[in-house]
Order: sequence, then structure tokens, then C-alpha cells
Amino acid sequence: MALKTDAVGKSWPAYEYEVGREKIREYAQVIGLDNPVHFDAEAARAAGYRGIVAPPMFVVVYAAGAMGPVLFDPDVEMNFAAMVHGGQEFEWGEPVISGDLITTTTTCRDIYPKDGKGFYVFETESKNQNGDLVCKATWTNIVRGIEE
Amino acid sequence: MSAKEKGEKIAGLKVTPDKFLPHRYAGASGDFNPIHIDKEFAQMVGLPSTILHGLYVMGLVAKAATEEAGGDPRALKRLSVQFRGMSMPETEIEVSGEVIEADGADVTFDLIAAQGENQVIRNATADVTYS
Repeated sequence: MALKTDAVGKSWPAYEYEVGREKIREYAQVIGLDNPVHFDAEAARAAGYRGIVAPPMFVVVYAAGAMGPVLFDPDVEMNFAAMVHGGQEFEWGEPVISGDLITTTTTCRDIYPKDGKGFYVFETESKNQNGDLVCKATWTNIVRGIEE
Repeated sequence: MSAKEKGEKIAGLKVTPDKFLPHRYAGASGDFNPIHIDKEFAQMVGLPSTILHGLYVMGLVAKAATEEAGGDPRALKRLSVQFRGMSMPETEIEVSGEVIEADGADVTFDLIAAQGENQVIRNATADVTYS
């Protein structure tokens, strides 16, 4: 199957995620983080946060809902059976606090063939309710077995 | 004088995820891809058994970088990784790294996450600010 590149440059509607305290705790616990700023509001405030703060990698929780529909978009037409997660980059801005409303938009940056594989590069930008950038991410998925 | 000098190793971490870790990570992250939680499905698609989520292992790399820089979550400014292998529950993961750039409190690490000889994540770079 030849590589379809129709989606390059396409953007998708914004995805909203409201950050909950228990979700932050659940994520922090599974990673094994023990900093009280992820569990205890007083400790978080003492450290200068507005409330319980999400670990930086919590981006996978609030941005995942933005990436999901993109992968199923017919313009992208990705072969899931042959897909692997190739690379990931996050750049963080304002911390994410329990109660924040995070809006994430996704853009397809590039789709290109290399060594018989298809490389799909997406960018997400997440902002909080004040319009501050909280995380910019680049997601690279690789699909094996394409025709060049 | 920088917080850390170029070439210095970082403390890193070692952790052995238990058998059910991928289930808990699936719940925490929302990624229920059956290759992580269903042994029969994983074997049907040619894997030895269920495998860990790559972003879980990246979470461990983020933890090691953050703790090295003092432990405050604001310390981690940027993290980029390449996923290069699959990793299994019930096997020790070691995150190690060294300083590749240092300018005062701003330091860049090169990190690796491995299970024995198997480098699951490599060419990871983390920008941190020491507090």
C-alpha cells in the first residue's frame, strides 16, 4: 500500500480535559513518584503551586484524547496492526494543577517514507483555561511495510 | 560553576514493575491497547507476552531526570526519547544517564532505559533546571 500523505498540514478540533485530583494521584502512584506536591494540596501550596500539581508526564492523560480520533481519521489511514510508537518529545510550560481545564489541538506535521516504513509526525499544543501553554508535544508513529 | 559538570553520571533509578503494572498504567493513562494487558492477544500478534507501555518507561525516565534536578516537577523543561525495544513486566528496568551540557542551573542529560542489554529507550535527552 502506497503511503497516503493527504493529512499533512491538517488540524483537528480542540479537545478539552478537566484535570482531577484523584487522576493526578493515580498517575503519580503508578509511576512511583513520592513527591507530596502530587498528593497533598497543602504541600503543593507550600511549594508555590495553586493546588495539587500534575507530574509533567501527565500530558499523556490530558493530550491522549486529542490524539485518539486523529489516528482513526480516514485522511491519515494508518495501519494499526503494523504501527509502533517511534519517538516522543515534550516541552513543558506552566504547571498543570488539579481543576485546570486543558485544551489540546493536534496538527499533522509530516508523513514520509523511509527504509520501507511510514513515519507519521503529529504535534499537539495544550493550553490551560488562562491561555497559557502547558505542553507542546511531538508524537512520531512508525508503520512497517509500506511501498515507497 | 554549574550544578553538574559535563560527563558526570546521574543517580538514575532501578525498578521492577510487577505483573499487573501494565493494567494499572492502562487505567491511569487510558491506554488499553490489548498488547499490554492480554497475554493471549500479545502472543497472537507475535510478542513473547504482554509488554510494558513505552510511555510508562518514559515516565520513569522523566522521574529520574526530575529527581536528579532536585525533585520539583517544574525542574523538567523538555524530554525527548526514541523507543527502540519492547520491555516486559517482572524484569528490572534501569534508567541511567550523564550530563551532556551544563550552563549554571540549566543542565541537559542523555539518558537510557534498559532491561539488561536491551535498551528500551535510548537517545533520550532531558533539559532540566536545578533548584
